[in-house]
This record gives sequence, C-alpha cells and structure tokens, in this order.
Amino acid sequence: MPQILVEDLAKTYRVAERDPGLLGAVKGLVHRRHRTVQALRNVSFSLEAGELLGFIGPNGAGKSTTIKILSGILKPDAGVVLVNGRVPFTDRIAHVSKIGVVFGQRTQLWWDLPVSEGFDLLADIYRVDAARYRANRDELVALLRLERVLDQPVRQLSLGQRMRAEIAAALLHEPDILFLDEPTIGLDAPSKLAMREVVRRLNRERGVTVLLTTHDMHDIEALAERVIVIGHGQVLADSPFETLRANVLAERRLVVDFAQEAPEIVMAGVEVRSRRGQTLELAFDPTRTPTPTLIAALAAAHEVVDIHVGEPAIEEVIARFYDLHGAGEA
Amino acid sequence: MNSLRLILRYFSASLRSQLQYPGSAIMLGIGAFLTTIIDMLAAWALFDRFGQVQGWGLGHIAVFYGVVSTSFALTDFFTRGFDVFGNEFVKTGAFDRILLRPRSPALQLVGYEFRLSRFGRLAQALLVLFVGAAVVGVDWTPDKVLLLAWTITGGVALFTGLLVLQASFAFWTTESLEVFNVLTYGGIQAAQFPLSLYAGWFRNFLIFVVPLGCVAYYPVLAILDQPDPLGAPDWWLPTAPAMGFAFLAASFIAWRAGISRYTSTGS
Repeated sequence: MPQILVEDLAKTYRVAERDPGLLGAVKGLVHRRHRTVQALRNVSFSLEAGELLGFIGPNGAGKSTTIKILSGILKPDAGVVLVNGRVPFTDRIAHVSKIGVVFGQRTQLWWDLPVSEGFDLLADIYRVDAARYRANRDELVALLRLERVLDQPVRQLSLGQRMRAEIAAALLHEPDILFLDEPTIGLDAPSKLAMREVVRRLNRERGVTVLLTTHDMHDIEALAERVIVIGHGQVLADSPFETLRANVLAERRLVVDFAQEAPEIVMAGVEVRSRRGQTLELAFDPTRTPTPTLIAALAAAHEVVDIHVGEPAIEEVIARFYDLHGAGEA
Repeated sequence: MNSLRLILRYFSASLRSQLQYPGSAIMLGIGAFLTTIIDMLAAWALFDRFGQVQGWGLGHIAVFYGVVSTSFALTDFFTRGFDVFGNEFVKTGAFDRILLRPRSPALQLVGYEFRLSRFGRLAQALLVLFVGAAVVGVDWTPDKVLLLAWTITGGVALFTGLLVLQASFAFWTTESLEVFNVLTYGGIQAAQFPLSLYAGWFRNFLIFVVPLGCVAYYPVLAILDQPDPLGAPDWWLPTAPAMGFAFLAASFIAWRAGISRYTSTGS
C-alpha cells in the first residue's frame, strides 16, 4: 500500500459575507449570508515512501487545503485519506507523531528562547527518547549548519537561519514524512540553494518522504522528480516535471547575435519575441521547424555572430499551463 | 514524559523567556499588587461609612474577597493561552500548530505562558485573606486549612472553566471575547460580598449558572463558623466547591465542540 493515499477528496468552505461598514456589521449579527467555496472537488493521488513530490498551483487552488487534510488539521467532506495506513483527523495524536510540518510563514519555535532550548522542549513534547534525541539533534545541527545559532534566541536569527532551524525542529522526532509549505518564501538566493540541498539530502540519505508546495518553480525544477499541478480544486497534471514541460510547451527559443542591426525575419512558425540592437530572440516549434533548418536558413541569409538555443523559463511553462486549463488566480 | 512534567518544562521555558526582560516582570507584578489593593480600599470606604451590613463587617468581606481573589490569581498564572486564544491562535491560524503536535490542545495552551507578574495579585489576595481572617478571629485548625485549600482548588477549577469557555466561543467568533471579563473580574467583585446581600435572581445566577457563590460564599461560611442566613444545610457549605469542577467539566464539552468545528471549517 502507498504511504499516502488520497481518493476523491472533496472539501467545501462556507464563507460568511458581510456588507461593508457599521450597518453591514449590525446586519451580519442578525442575518448572515454565506457563500460556499469549493476548495477541493475530487483530488486523488498516491505517494510511495521515499518520494519527493512537488505540489504547485495558483493561490486558492487547493494546495494548502490538501496539506491541512493530510496533516490532520482539517476534515474533508468526502473522500478517503490514509497516511501510513491511518486516517489523519481521527487518529490525530498517532498521526502527527510520525509527520513533520514546516509552514514557511509561521514559526514552531519559541521566539524568546534560544534555538537549543526550543529543540529540547520539542523533544519532550514528542516524547523522543533522550539518547536518540541527542544523536538526532547533533546530526541535524551538522547537516543544517546550525552550530553558530544554537545559543541565540529565535527572534535574533535571519530568515535563512530560522528556516534551517525550523526544518531541524520538524525532524527531531524522526518523522517518515515531511510536509513543506512554501519553505523558500522570502529567502535570499544562497539560503534558497542551501534549503534545496538540505531537502534533497534528507530525501536521498534519510529516505524521508517529502511533499512540498511552492510558488518558486526553481524549487520544483531542482527538487521534485514528480509534480502535481492543482487548480480549481482538481488535479490538472500528475507527472515527472520534464514530461510536464515537454507536453505543455513544445516551444524552443533561439537567441541570435547578428553582425549588423538585427534584420526582419519572416518565416513560417517563427515568431520574434524581442529585439535589442543586433540581438533577436526567436520562438519556434521544433516539430514544425527543426532547429538545424532554422539555424541554417538564418546563417545563409545573414551574417551571424553567435547563436544560443534555449527553453522558455519555467514560470512561463506554468503560467501557460494555468491558462490552458483556465486555472488562473482563483 | 508525562503531562505534568511537560507542563513544568513549559513553565520553566516560559519563565526563562520572561526573565530576558526582568524589569518588565517585576514592574508588572508591583502594578498588579497596587491596583488590586484599590479593590479593597473601595470596600473599606463603604464599611467605614456604614460599619456593618446585615451583620457582616469589613473583616468578613476581606475573607470572602481574599478567597475568591486567590483562586483567580492562581488561575491567572497558567490560563493566559486561553485568555488570548481568539486573537493569538484562531485568528492567526496558530492553532494549526497546536493540532500538529501529539499532545492535548488544552495542555499546550496551559504551557503557552506562566505569568510571573501574577505574583503581585496573589500576594495581595493572600494578604487580604489572612488579615481579614485575623480581624474576625478565624482559628486555623487543620480541618479549616484543608477546607480553605479545597475551596481555592474549586475556585481555580471554576475560573479555569470560565477561561476555557471564553476560548471555546472564540472558535465561532474568532476574536477573544472581552465580554467574559464581566464574569471573571466582575465575578471577583460580586463574590467578595456575601450572597445574602443580593436579590434572588442574582443569587441564583451565582449559584446555578456561574457558581462563584459555591467556591466562595458557602465554604467561607463554614470557615467562619457561620450558618447560612438563607438556610442552606450545613453539609452543603463545605461540599459546594465541587460545583467549580462541574463547571470546568461542562466548559470542556464546549471546548471539544469548538475544536470539532475548527477542524471542519478550518477557520
């Protein structure tokens, strides 16, 4: 049986609506209007132990709702959820003992306490055996390079340091599964790289199953072998990332430097994306115009200095995908 | 690690956080001591004018007040998490974090903060209680000391119940309900005077709805060796504090319902 099994998950929220202003507030006391929001329609997927899954989708698509249901905070209206063979929300205490959760925007440590004391307290909360805790903590401190911040109160840490401490805090009780909800949000470039490295090592070396949501497509590109795209409360795609990229956008980019001012290009299936002095960026479909044909045609007609073939940026791939499915910002 | 030891670990962590700002804790403590002294000054002014009311003097009032205020001060040490629950946990979604840990939510909220500054209120309450008892000549035999401890325990249960109830409502309102201060702080004011002074409906409210009378008035009558002027049987006087525990149990029903609502609505 897979480690995480989700079948036909559905969840509807009732959102209270209120007219603006004082009058609206008074009316709201007497009579409340509700609007229902279908957060999840019929989400199904499964995950084997040791997988690293990226979960992407626009805001309001249902990512957080899914994570909340999987971590036992929220009950679904319908559908099956089994994590390690348990139903998260009915078996809460046993379930949460075996998972780790990091919310990028919220801390699980104690603001005024040194990092190490927060760790000690968490070990007591999770009933981690003292010897195991020490071994575990030392390993995580080395892996996440936390030696220098252990004695500092959490409020004095930089965001990058804090996020590394958060990840360590979520792993002290040796969970089988780690849920990361936007772990790189707000981090600077070196911290993002370090974070990705850590997640990859945890997954490869310790075999921790990782489910991560993010808006940073480079996280997905760097980490996830498998991606689920969610939009309007439905799974739009569930595939290896490269397949997603190839299916959604079979488009190539060609950047050409000419010896003179860049010429006008009129060719079937080729589109000029940008023009800057002697440089042109062309977009083309390699199935209609093979790359060598295009390059040969250009070199024959003009004096070409340099040519670079590329793929569209990953953000573009995803934005295009959302458009195709009418799943823009919900 | 069992729950009691975990709570002590939480408290020691909380104390260390607060001792990062020692000046603040000391000033707040002194402030609480001074402001609560004013409570007593009001009662003193009243009795200075009228001497006695239905046979009750300032000493008696001090004992009633001291008992109920001691209960509240003790409760206030460890119920901060419930007091700020709406604004700090429901509104911000921080309650998610509580649900993600393999411990009971109530236990984690107790561990939220141990309020050092409440020593000021406790010191004032105990001072008033024992000065009042000395004035009216209470003889502290072992059974009376035991009855006092039982009374205060019942009071702590009742006030904890009020705070749990206040927090439970926040699952629906998402705001901390200031209106509950009427029951906690107002309750102390009401319970410092003997129930026999009040109109029937208010007396019934303090016995059957929010049973402050049961954790102050009745058992204190027993400590003062006074029969109930309203005719409650003698066995009832030392039994009454049990109502505090009944109230606490009832408020946990609301708490459970609130958690269930939270996990269904996610707000």
